[in-house]
Amino acid sequence: MIDPSIIGRSLSPVTAHVEPGRLRYFRETLGETNPVYVDAGAAQASGYAATPVPPTYLFCLEMMDAEQAFEFITVIGVDIGRLLHGEQRFTYRAPVVVGDTLLFEPRIVSAADKKGGAMTLVGIETKVTNQNGTHVADCARTVVVLNPKTA
Amino acid sequence: MSEAVKTQPTIGDRLVHKAFPPISRHTLALYCGASGDHNPIHVDLDFAKAAGYPDVFTHGMLVMAYLGQALTDAVPPPRLRSFSTRFVAITQLGARLTCEGHVSEFVEHDGEPCAKLALTTKDENGDLKLSGEALIAL
Repeated sequence: MIDPSIIGRSLSPVTAHVEPGRLRYFRETLGETNPVYVDAGAAQASGYAATPVPPTYLFCLEMMDAEQAFEFITVIGVDIGRLLHGEQRFTYRAPVVVGDTLLFEPRIVSAADKKGGAMTLVGIETKVTNQNGTHVADCARTVVVLNPKTA
Repeated sequence: MSEAVKTQPTIGDRLVHKAFPPISRHTLALYCGASGDHNPIHVDLDFAKAAGYPDVFTHGMLVMAYLGQALTDAVPPPRLRSFSTRFVAITQLGARLTCEGHVSEFVEHDGEPCAKLALTTKDENGDLKLSGEALIAL
């Protein structure tokens, strides 16, 4: 269903900025009140240099600052209405805080048909480094493509 | 900071438990902007119907963000080493989600003693939406 030659292909790198206003909007949308995420003093008392980002916010930063948020859709050649998110993983290696500038380097790592071709699972892994070159995190997602029925 | 993780937890301990308000169209619209995920399927009813769905539905990553919030309410964020989920089923509008996490295993990770938490997010009917895992340093 999907061209297997896309496996191993790198997508455009994304440089993203951890901006306090956008982060506040995210927190307020989710009703986040944990002092570590809301109060810079509490964050510093927990050992952070500044307010850290909540556990899933890396995914948002990559989309917000991408020139094409859905570049992978163009690469795999499907309609956005046929996608579902299958799995998501974050591995945390170092803190990410307000003021950081992050480099996201996404790569397509797998593509496999399932259920007799009814769906295709596409794996994308993203290495995240900060402005000091520190490898701060890895993100991995599995996207489910619902394939049209072939009559 | 949770008292539960200051002392050695035991297998089966429920460290994470949090309930969230019903998911509204307004929440989905706000999350669309806040997350940068502008996929119209979550906010545009006409688009969702044309794609074969009865209505718009919740971003999987919004549900994972709630699960993450439940997790970091219970576990000091600097101790979080990894966090993963499988999106088991679509979360419908109006869903009232409850997130839970139980200690499932003790492991060593990069020379550091850690606990694995088995995580779930269920709706008000008890239907499983997300199944996940977190690794936390002890």
